[in-house]
Amino acid sequence: MVAASTPPSLSVTLRVWRQAGPKTLGQFKDYAAKDLNPNMSFLEMLDVVNDGLTIKGEEPIAFAHDCREGICGTCSLTINGKPHGPGRAIATCQTYLRSFRDGDIIVVEPFRAAAFPLVKDLVVDRTSFDQIMQAGGFITARAGSAPEANGLPIAKGVADLAMDAAQCIGCGACVAACKNASAMLFVSAKVGHLGLLPQGQAERDRRVLAMVHTMDEAGFGSCTNQYECSAACPKTISHDFIARLNRDYLGATLRRAFQPEAATTDGGGA
Amino acid sequence: MATLDSKIPSGPLADKWRKHKVDMKLVNPANKRKYEVIVVGAGLAGSSAASSLADLGYKVKCFVFHDSPRRAHSIAAQGGINAAKNYQNDGDSVHRLFYDTIKGGDYRAREANVHRLAEVSANIIDQCVAQGVPFAREYGGLLANRSFGGAQVSRTFYARGQTGQQLLLGAYSALSRTVGQGLVELHPNSEMLDLVVVNGHAKGIIVRNLKTGAITRHAADAVILATGGYGNVFNLSTYARQSNATAIWRAYKRGACMANPCYTQIHPTCIPVSGDYQSKLTLMSESLRNDGRIWAPKKKDDAKKDPNTIAEADRDYFLERLYPSFGNLAPRDIASRAAKRVCDEGRGAGASGLGVYLDFSDAIKRLGENGVRERYGNLFAIYHEITAESGYKTPMRIYPAVHYTMGGLWVDYNLMSNVPGLFVLGEANFSDHGANRLGASALMQGLADGYFVIPYTVGDYLAGQKAGSRPSIDSAEFKAAAENVTGMSQRFLGTKGKQPVSHFHKRLGKIMWDHCGMARTKEGLESALQKLPALREEFHATVNVLGSGDTLNQSLEQAGRVADFIELGELMCRDALTREESCGGHFREEHQYPDGECKRDDEQFGHVAAWEFQGKDKTPLRNVEPLNYEFVKMSVRNYK
Ligand SMILES: Cc1cc2nc3c(=O)[nH]c(=O)nc-3n(C[C@H](O)[C@H](O)[C@H](O)COP(=O)(O)OP(=O)(O)OC[C@H]3O[C@@H](n4cnc5c(N)ncnc54)[C@H](O)[C@@H]3O)c2cc1C
Ligand code: FES
Repeated sequence: MVAASTPPSLSVTLRVWRQAGPKTLGQFKDYAAKDLNPNMSFLEMLDVVNDGLTIKGEEPIAFAHDCREGICGTCSLTINGKPHGPGRAIATCQTYLRSFRDGDIIVVEPFRAAAFPLVKDLVVDRTSFDQIMQAGGFITARAGSAPEANGLPIAKGVADLAMDAAQCIGCGACVAACKNASAMLFVSAKVGHLGLLPQGQAERDRRVLAMVHTMDEAGFGSCTNQYECSAACPKTISHDFIARLNRDYLGATLRRAFQPEAATTDGGGA
Repeated sequence: MATLDSKIPSGPLADKWRKHKVDMKLVNPANKRKYEVIVVGAGLAGSSAASSLADLGYKVKCFVFHDSPRRAHSIAAQGGINAAKNYQNDGDSVHRLFYDTIKGGDYRAREANVHRLAEVSANIIDQCVAQGVPFAREYGGLLANRSFGGAQVSRTFYARGQTGQQLLLGAYSALSRTVGQGLVELHPNSEMLDLVVVNGHAKGIIVRNLKTGAITRHAADAVILATGGYGNVFNLSTYARQSNATAIWRAYKRGACMANPCYTQIHPTCIPVSGDYQSKLTLMSESLRNDGRIWAPKKKDDAKKDPNTIAEADRDYFLERLYPSFGNLAPRDIASRAAKRVCDEGRGAGASGLGVYLDFSDAIKRLGENGVRERYGNLFAIYHEITAESGYKTPMRIYPAVHYTMGGLWVDYNLMSNVPGLFVLGEANFSDHGANRLGASALMQGLADGYFVIPYTVGDYLAGQKAGSRPSIDSAEFKAAAENVTGMSQRFLGTKGKQPVSHFHKRLGKIMWDHCGMARTKEGLESALQKLPALREEFHATVNVLGSGDTLNQSLEQAGRVADFIELGELMCRDALTREESCGGHFREEHQYPDGECKRDDEQFGHVAAWEFQGKDKTPLRNVEPLNYEFVKMSVRNYK
């Protein structure tokens, strides 16, 4: 075992959302998961449960996962009402059974939000995030056109802050945690990352306007500053970036109102 | 017999790429819109290729099995990306990066490809910074560097412990821009399940929509595969769970040669296995070896002791002892084997005996705990989450794990396979890392291929193809390929056996790790070649895939991938058995020097082995591309 001492095994009841497809009705179903090693990850427990179901002839539970180390943003379970489960600053795949107790009933649901339609069981469609990125989440720099990298020094503090925002893994926990299903933390992270950097200035106004507009179109709710988003974020992205986004958005809107050219003709996007 | 013309341009090494760029044919800007290019994969290689080709004016369709391009496995790379910028003024140059990479690959890569990689490395950093990649910086605002294994200069650029994430998000942003501009048609949740070859040229693919199960056909003037590596053949690895070999394997079955499949990289510093439920192994970045010191107890009796109670004099810093000039930064294959030997001697740490220590106590004395946290905080956090132990207080326990595959589809200098019109980029090809890849060089290669090589070489091919001559998706070849795919799904769903797919994947992994892992022998490989066909038959006869083919069905996806892994595993063993030498990650116990180092046989094996499919149940054909070393002398690798 990796852990110095191996704690005793545990058994839990999983109350899992099952839904065959986007158009069918879903319901919770209980599954017993027995004699589990506490060093097992939550997703490894689902693997074991699924193998058991397959052997019994029952279709396994569909759930999204890939890297299993908290970086790809694929895993997306709401565990006992909390997106990504009980731990702070981690994704579902980094949740280990030692966070639970023998005999627990654990409720497992998908990330729920109008803009994340359900695909099957615990899997939702987060294409709306990609649409927001396609609208403006970039700095236009064609391959081959870049100047020498060290030609543009960037203060370490600025680069570090940009990196804090850039860490977003695009999982959607912020949306699932928000009672309005707002995507403001996600959008603010990208707007903050690119807007802090000198390279990102040319398209700054255009970017924030396009991203916020696409976010609204996609059916995300509005932000009422409850900050459940930051609390659920596996990368602890600060809600300060939302304040920054609001300032950027206001500034860009005003500039566009008074100087239509300034906010629309820079940048090379769509 | 396949024709393997490497198409390496003539002339001095440093002039080859420049000259070739001038010699290649061009497609005029107005005609580019008439050509359609399919890009499968949107990791670093695929997304950089798709956006660059779209910016040039080609019509691009990009397919990924992920729900978003941002989730490609490249996202998980931690440590960094190499580039010959020489910002540290420590003697780096294009030539030195070239030489380190050739030597690191144990003289089994092509000189010309590697030199080009080193040449364009500096442009990659410029490109990424222009896109807003937040690389680490010094207080003066200039870019920072760290050291990586196999090099004596500091040339690795990084973004905390999340370099792959930041580079991929940069490439994804370029891809997103071109999608938003209507230049790229993006197909997420779309898995390529067959390659369509018409008149000997790759002209399309068959795709299954993973959400709806719909099978669709897509024609193009050229097909680019950038589908990543195949390390999940071993089941347990540092790869993402969904990474798979299906795209390249199905292309192999359509005639593309598979080169050096046995060259796999075992990374020395990963968190050891803890139980049979385990689904993946987590890497502890090589960058940790900048400041961490690797050791094992000198005495077997100390192996189970709390490491903090083992006296300094009783610790064996074996890498520093064996390789004084590179020390803890010895290349991966060498460091992994050294750790294995220590554990085989009974000095391994932890209950399983499969572990050595990675110790930061000296670094903490030097830099303070906060200094160490600043450099590697997120890696220590990952270690703590998984093991419930603090790497600041107790040395980390690590063991080698499967991490990367140097082998892949054979490509020429233009990154085109032996099937004309089929290009292969990134980890999916075989070309640049020889028998062992140096740290921080995969990210460099993926972006070099996508941003700076394929935009030139695809044009050279397309210029020879008549615009608008794409075959119709109703042609016989498309129909046959689509039926092949549907038939496979139906067979899996109809088997109705007993065992879940994972059962076979675990067994495959064990066979591969035992016989085709860190150390290989003739007997072991022969026994694997007995076991694998039996496993394959059992799999097809007794696998249980429930549900239907016309919804999301993760068991069905897995079944296809594991079926391919089992076949590929067999080819890897065959390749390893035939290569009667040791080189880089391929270590045959029969071929070693008395001190345990790799004994190459350049006379017999100074070549690329490119395997050609001959039909089901037929032995594949081994083609050979000789490696002509014109500029560097093949010599015994020495890191001492
Ligand atoms: C944990 C870890 C850390 C690493 N750290 C470093 C590092 O620090 N430095 C370094 O240089 N390298 C590192 N590497 C290696 C490096 O990350 C990879 O080699 C590289 O990112 C591979 O990129 P790629 O673009 O070739 O493929 P990938 O990023 O694997 O992308 C594959 C793409 O292909 C798609 N795909 C695959 N098959 C199909 C199909 N059949 N149909 C449709 N789409 C398909 C996927 O959806 C995905 O978009 C690391 C690797 C690991 C595992
Ligand atoms: S599976 Fe990648 S973040 Fe959880």
